[in-house]
Amino acid sequence: MSSLPEGWDMVVGLEVHTELKTATKLFCGCANNFGDEPNTNICPVCLGLPGSLPVLNEGAVEFAIRIGLALHCVVQPSSFHRKNYFYPDQPKDYQISQYDVPINGPGYLDLPDGSRVGIERAHLEEDTGKTTHVGGTGRIHGSDESLVDYNRSGVPLVEIVSGPDIRSAEQARGYAAELRSILIASGASDGRMEEGSMRVDANVSVRRGTEAPFGTRCEIKNLNSLRSVQRAVEYEALRQIAILDDGGTISQETRHWDEDAGKTQTMRSKEEAYDYRYFPEPDLVPVVPSEAFIRQIEAELPPMPAQRRRELIAHFGDAATDAQLDQANAAVELNLDPFIVGAIEKGITPALALARTANELAGLGDDAMSLPKDDYIALLKMEDAGELSATQSKKVLADLVAAGGGDPKAVAESKGFEQLDAGALDATLDEIIAANPDEWARYREGDDKLTGFFTGKVMAATQGQADGKAVNAALRQRRS
Amino acid sequence: MNAGEVSAVALANESLQQIDSQEGEIHAFVEIQREQVLRKAQAIDDGVAQGKNMGVLAGVPLALKDNLCQHGEVTSCASNILSGWRPPYDATVVSRIETAGVLIVGKTNMDEFAMGSSTENSAFGPTKNPHDTTKVPGGSSGGSAAAVAASMTPLSLGSDTGGSIRQPAAFCGVVGVKPTYGLVSRYGLVAFASSLDQVGPFAGSVADAAALLEVIAGHDPKDSTSLNAPAPALSSHLDDGVKGMRVGLCNELLEGCAPDMVAAIKRAAEVLSNAGAEIIEISIPELKLGLSAYYLIAPAEASSNLARYDGVRYGVRVDAEDVTAMNTATRTAGFGDEVKRRIMLGTYALSAGYYDAYYGQAQRVRTLIINAFTKAYSSVDLLLGATTPTTAFAIGDKVGDPMSMYQSDICTIPTNLAGHPALSVPFGVGDDKMPIGAQLLGPALSEQQLFQAASVLEHGANS
Repeated sequence: MSSLPEGWDMVVGLEVHTELKTATKLFCGCANNFGDEPNTNICPVCLGLPGSLPVLNEGAVEFAIRIGLALHCVVQPSSFHRKNYFYPDQPKDYQISQYDVPINGPGYLDLPDGSRVGIERAHLEEDTGKTTHVGGTGRIHGSDESLVDYNRSGVPLVEIVSGPDIRSAEQARGYAAELRSILIASGASDGRMEEGSMRVDANVSVRRGTEAPFGTRCEIKNLNSLRSVQRAVEYEALRQIAILDDGGTISQETRHWDEDAGKTQTMRSKEEAYDYRYFPEPDLVPVVPSEAFIRQIEAELPPMPAQRRRELIAHFGDAATDAQLDQANAAVELNLDPFIVGAIEKGITPALALARTANELAGLGDDAMSLPKDDYIALLKMEDAGELSATQSKKVLADLVAAGGGDPKAVAESKGFEQLDAGALDATLDEIIAANPDEWARYREGDDKLTGFFTGKVMAATQGQADGKAVNAALRQRRS
Repeated sequence: MNAGEVSAVALANESLQQIDSQEGEIHAFVEIQREQVLRKAQAIDDGVAQGKNMGVLAGVPLALKDNLCQHGEVTSCASNILSGWRPPYDATVVSRIETAGVLIVGKTNMDEFAMGSSTENSAFGPTKNPHDTTKVPGGSSGGSAAAVAASMTPLSLGSDTGGSIRQPAAFCGVVGVKPTYGLVSRYGLVAFASSLDQVGPFAGSVADAAALLEVIAGHDPKDSTSLNAPAPALSSHLDDGVKGMRVGLCNELLEGCAPDMVAAIKRAAEVLSNAGAEIIEISIPELKLGLSAYYLIAPAEASSNLARYDGVRYGVRVDAEDVTAMNTATRTAGFGDEVKRRIMLGTYALSAGYYDAYYGQAQRVRTLIINAFTKAYSSVDLLLGATTPTTAFAIGDKVGDPMSMYQSDICTIPTNLAGHPALSVPFGVGDDKMPIGAQLLGPALSEQQLFQAASVLEHGANS
C-alpha cells in the first residue's frame, strides 16, 4: 500500500510510448530493426532531407488500431500534425504526430486488482534518432562530441495517455505492467523496456484528501523499468508533499528520474517549455480506416491478458491458493501462460505446470519466450512421472532455454541425471535414519516438520538425483 | 529526334552555345552541367542509332529550377545555407523527364527557397529579364523563365506556390503552367509551403508546355498528396478550340491592373469570343482576400519546412559553443532577409495564443475562396484575367518594399489557395513593349480545357 503521510492523496497519469513491431518505419521503407549498425537503416525520408515526403505505413495503422481495440478505445478517422521543436536527433526539427484527432479516442484498462484506469487517447507518431555523447563528461553539456544514430528516426510509436486516474505508486506499476502485457499480447509491440521499445513518462501531483482539486503536476521522464515507475512516482509524490508541508508551492516542470540516485531532478521549468506550434501536416492526408478493416482487426485480435488470466485460473477451480493466483498473474504478465495451459492440456499436473512456469521459466528472461512449447511440456512430463527430480528438472530447463530448445531426455542423460532406483533410495534412507536416530524418533511420533529435514538429507546424499515425491512416499511408508 | 533527323548532341551544343552567349548578361543559371549534358546527349544518339526509342522528349534541353533534387548535382535553392549540397536522390519529376530523354543542362536561379517575385532574393545575384536587362524576370522561378525566353533551352521546370511560374512567365513572355495540386509529384521538390507548392512547365509554346506536362504529370506513390488520376491528355486536344466554352472575364483579376494590361486582357477575351467561346463578366470578391491569407499560410508552413536547415546534417554549419548556439549562428549566416522575414512571420502565426487569430483565420478564408471558386465554376468553365497587375518592373524597384513586392502576386495567389490549375500565355506587349501574360484559370483537373483556350490565345495574340 501507498506510504503517503496521513491525509495526502496522489494523482498520477502515465504517458506510455511503445514502438511498433512493423517491418518498416512509419513513413518510409527502411527496416525497423533495433541494434543494427548505426545509420544503416536510413533514407532521404527518415533523414528529413530537403524535398523528401512521408508516406504512411499501413501496417503501423493496423497495429495502432489493434492497441486501440485492446484498450476499448474509440477507433476514429484521424489526421497528423507537426510538432515543431529543434533537436539534433530530430532530422526535420519537427515530429509528425497526432494532435486534435488521434486514431484512438477514449478507452479504458482494467487492472488485475479490479481497478479501472481511463485511457484518454492512443495516437500514432514517429520516433526520433538517438544521440550519444562521447568524451568529456559523457553528458550533453561537457562532452567532446555528440553522435546521432538515425536508425530509430521514423520508427512508428503509439503514445498511450491514461487519465489522471492512478492513486498509488503500486497502481502506477500495475498499470504499466498490465499495459505492457496487452501490448505484447496484441502483437503490436515487444514491450522491451530495457531496449527502450516501451518508455513511460509519469505526471504526478498531490492533494490534501481525495476530494480536493488536483495540484500542480510534474512530469517525470526516463522511467525504463516497471520498478522505476513505482519508485519514481513514490519519490515524486513524497517530494511534493514535503514541499507543501513546508509551506512551499510546486512549480510545474519536467523532471528526470535518476535511477542510481533514486531521485527526480529538474530537467526544464514551465518557462523553458517548448511552444510546439502544432499545425496540420500538409504532406499527409487524413487516415480513414473503413469499418470493415477495423472489424477484421478486431476479429483477429488474440485473447488479452485479463481473459487469459481467467482461463488459466479456471484450471485450478476454487482450490487455487493465493500464492497460485499470484503465480498465475505473473505468468500472464510475462506472456508465459500458454506454456502452462499447453502443459495442462497435455495432462501435466496443473500445480506443477504453474509452479515451474511462474518460478523457473519466468526467471530465465526474455529467452524463455522462444523455448519451443513441446520441449517444455516433454520436460514437465518427465518430472511429473518421477523420471527427474525437481532439482534435475530445473537444471535441464535452464540448459534448454539457453540452447533455444532441444530434447529434454538427451539433455538429462548428458548431465548424468538418471532416476535413482527404489533399491538405492532405500539404502540411502537406511543410512540417514541410522545417523539421525533422535530426529527419526520425533518424526515417527508425528512431527511432520522433519519431512523436510530428511528430504534434504536424501537430496544432499544423492546430489539431487532422488525424486522428492518418492522420498516423501518412502518416509511415510516407513513411519506407518 | 527518334527518327535520327536531328542529333541530341547538336541540340545540346546549340543550347550550350546560346547559354555561353547570353548567360553573362542574363544570369539564368546557378550551375551549368556542361559535361553531363553532352555525355547524356551522346548516349541518346547512340540509342537512336541502335534503333531504340529514347523517349518522347529525347534530346530536348531543359533547365531545372534549383529547388528540384537531382542526384549528385548541386541543389541549393539559391541559398547559402544549402550551397554545395548534392542530393543522394532524384525528384520524381527529374526521373520522369530523364526517362523521357530530356537533357538537363543546368540548375536555374530563383528567389531563395522560392520566396520572392523578382529573383532578386537569390544568394547568387539577380537574374535579368531577357527582354530588357534593366527589368526583373519575375520570380521566384525567374531563372527558368529567362532561360526559355532567351532561347537557352526550349523547356524548363519551375515551381509555383503563389504564382512563381505564371508571374515570371508573363514577365518574360513565355508559357507557364501551374497544374492542379496533386497532379505533379512534389517528391524531391524542396518544400516552401507544402499545401501550395506545385511543379510545372515553362515553354516557348503552348504545345511544348503540354508535352512537358504530360511527361511529369501522374500519380506518384512517394507523394501522399499525389492525385490518383492519370496524366491528362493535352497534346491531342490542343486544336479542339473553345466553341461553346463559357469563359468568365474576372473583375478581380483586372481591377487594380495597369490600363495597358486591362486593354490586352479584353482583347484576349475578344479572341476567345471570336473563336466561339461565350464571354461572361463575373465578379468573385473573395479573391481579394487571397493575398493576406496566403501571407499567413505560406510562411507558417515555411517556418516548419525550413527548420531542418539547422547545420546538423548537411549544408552550411557555423560552429558555436553548443547546439542551440550553432543552430542560431548557422541560420543567421545561411538565410537571406526575405527567408528570415517569412520564418519569423510564420513562427508568430503558429504561436500559442495567436494560432487561431492568424493561421486558423487564414485557413477559414482559404475555405471561403475555395467555395467562391466552386460557385463561379458552376456558371463558367474557365476564368480569364491578367497574370500580373503590370509588366515587368525595374530591378531594385521593389526589393526594399516587401508589401509592394507581395502585391505583384495578387492575381496568381488565389489559384494556389484553391489547389486549382492556371496558366499564363503571352498576349501582346504593354506600353513599355514588355510582354503581357493572359491568365486562364479553371477548376481542379481542367488542364485540357485550359490548354485548348491557351492555344486559341496563342494563335490570336498577334492577330
